[in-house]
Amino acid sequence: MGKSIHLALVGSPNSGKTTLFNALTGLSGKIGNYPGVTVDRRRGHFHVDGKEVHLSDLPGSYSLHAISEDEAVTSKVLHGEMDGGIVPDGVVFVADATTLDRSLPMLADVLHIGRPTLLVLTMVDELKVRGGDLDLFKLQTELGIPIVGVVGNKGLGIDDLRMRLPDFANWVKPETLPDRNTEARFQWADAILQKVTRHPLSESPMTRRIDKILLHPVFGIVVFAAFLALFFQAIFSWAAPAMDLFSGWMNSAADWVLATFPEGLFADLLADGIIRGVGAVVVFVPQIALLFALIFFFEASGYMSRAAFVVDRVMGWAGLEGRCFISLLSSYACAVPGIMATRTIPSPRDRLATILVAPFATCSARLPVYAILISAFIPDTQVFGPFTLQGLTLMGLYVLGGVSAVTFAALFKRGMLRGASLPFYLELPPYRFPSLKSVMLQVIRRVRVFLKAAGSVILVGSIALWFLLNFPRHEAPADMSPAMAHKAQIEQSYAADIGHALEPVFDPLGFDWRINVGLIGSFAARELMVSTLAQVYAYEGGDEDFAGFSDLLSRPNPETGETPMTLASAIALMLFFVYALLCLSTVAVIKRETKGWKWPIFMMGYMSAVAWLAGWIGYTLTLVA
Amino acid sequence: MNPPSPELTLADLPRVLVGKVLSVEGSGKFSERLRELGFCLGTEVRFERQAPWGGPIIVSLRGYRLCLRLSEAKLIRIEGMAGLGGIG
Ligand SMILES: Nc1nc2c(ncn2[C@@H]2O[C@H](COP(=O)(O)OP(=O)(O)O)[C@@H](O)[C@H]2O)c(=O)[nH]1
Ligand SMILES: [Mg+2]
Repeated sequence: MGKSIHLALVGSPNSGKTTLFNALTGLSGKIGNYPGVTVDRRRGHFHVDGKEVHLSDLPGSYSLHAISEDEAVTSKVLHGEMDGGIVPDGVVFVADATTLDRSLPMLADVLHIGRPTLLVLTMVDELKVRGGDLDLFKLQTELGIPIVGVVGNKGLGIDDLRMRLPDFANWVKPETLPDRNTEARFQWADAILQKVTRHPLSESPMTRRIDKILLHPVFGIVVFAAFLALFFQAIFSWAAPAMDLFSGWMNSAADWVLATFPEGLFADLLADGIIRGVGAVVVFVPQIALLFALIFFFEASGYMSRAAFVVDRVMGWAGLEGRCFISLLSSYACAVPGIMATRTIPSPRDRLATILVAPFATCSARLPVYAILISAFIPDTQVFGPFTLQGLTLMGLYVLGGVSAVTFAALFKRGMLRGASLPFYLELPPYRFPSLKSVMLQVIRRVRVFLKAAGSVILVGSIALWFLLNFPRHEAPADMSPAMAHKAQIEQSYAADIGHALEPVFDPLGFDWRINVGLIGSFAARELMVSTLAQVYAYEGGDEDFAGFSDLLSRPNPETGETPMTLASAIALMLFFVYALLCLSTVAVIKRETKGWKWPIFMMGYMSAVAWLAGWIGYTLTLVA
Repeated sequence: MNPPSPELTLADLPRVLVGKVLSVEGSGKFSERLRELGFCLGTEVRFERQAPWGGPIIVSLRGYRLCLRLSEAKLIRIEGMAGLGGIG
């Protein structure tokens, strides 16, 4: 009866381990078509014949002699140096059937450990398409261990595999093994493959054709830049109407609450703190979904490694390498996984330099802030073709984040993190195109994470802001209009006290106390800037002819003629957001990955200073121009 | 017999296009890693492309493609393949 079984998935990077893990456990570990997607062990379990099988998905490695932190996890698990000395009962060695020449030698090393081992051959579909033909039966005899062939991403062969897993005690063990030295293992693998290969592989013609364009020194960059520009324009052209529509709905919902519930603090909290505050962020779901679809497509297609190749000269100038670039690119979705991805970087100095600049990559939380400020203050003039000033500004902010990250990394590598780089290599897998379904699934997953944040950090933050804005209570004279009464209330609130207290710091950037309050909220999560602005400014516009939230920021006050924000302060705020480290989860992950408070504190310090300076320069230059 | 050719490394591959690995210099972890990537005695390596201005090279060996910087490629000694070497 049920002693549970522990198995581990081991193999080269990108051999399809996580795909198998997901298919077997029903979990959803991150999959991508480049080496270094999985950087930590992940566990799942499932039942076969009443037996409980625990499966560990491990980071890929070309060798058991680890040179980076992700690889170290794999060898530790295999040698029972993690989990209090539990050694896996059996090893499931996953090998891409099209690159056996390289993975069988590592299998020999794994077999030397002596655990029962099963070989799973993935990508059998690609092997066939490329004309390869292996005698699996003969391979099984030659290796002396059981083999299962699968097409992981299509679920073929998974049921068969699942049935074999609990039976690890009966997996045959090899009779002979080569010497442990590398040359001997490769000779052994070559000799075996020579016997079992009926027909050698031809190259993937599609990959060759696509690379001819995308890796071309001129066209490659032109195609890439044009694609990105179109993409940002699309996000923008689509963002503006959807935003206005959604915020119109939010406003109606808030009005409905105010009209339906008895007048009082509860109705106000519901309408302003919750609906307007959280709604202002939720409105961005379509744009964020689009952004994630693009990032996921990059990751799944195999373009990540190519991009690293194309920009390697720039990274070399900065003293970094391709894996650092991949981490930075991942940080464009969110700095948290991006910083975790630095575990694949062998050099500790390069790794730290990458962590120190990763938050400059424009994460999705900045999109709402940029989009609102741009649509309020940047004119929608056409520049050329389909491109408008708004779309180009958005793209400019994204590019600025990346350029700044690389520039600061170069500074660090020339200063306190000086030292020779470690050798760099990166595999370029063949292109693989994700199915529409898998793209949709990933996007839905990410949107869910986003909504969860909106339902937790942002909800709590928004409610907290509401209290700060509405207390202490200010009794308005009876003849005051509700909008004016709200305004009077906010101006005498705790939030106003805090905002005013920060004026000496942020006056040079043109921020008034309301933005200062938003900045405080942003320390928890950047999106709270939008929630704050929504709560603070929603009243000032009054209720008549609501033309979208962004309009409120630029519409002059009928009495004073002043606009809530000016172009100069909007530019300052955007630049501030490019550089400031405003995200508690990022701070937490930096602390975890650098094992202490030293670096997160350093980063908060230097990034705030740079953010302030950039904001001040932007403000001053806009006023002069 | 061919006259003995001057020492070549993988960094010369853009010129000779195809080569056979003789050895990987050094005995540190990284030299070992290069061997474990498949740069073993006799392995055939083909040049695929190079990024402009002395950028990294892409080579194919053992059925896969790898991107390397020239500084790493210099660690791998190769011999040009008869009949194919010496182009350019
Ligand atoms: N054609 C094909 N692609 C696969 C198969 N298994 C995985 N993939 C793809 O190979 C890539 C790497 O998969 P992943 O599971 O992330 O590999 P890991 O790095 O070993 O965890 C992804 O693009 C997968 O969609 C397979 O059996 N056939
Ligand atoms: Mg994986």
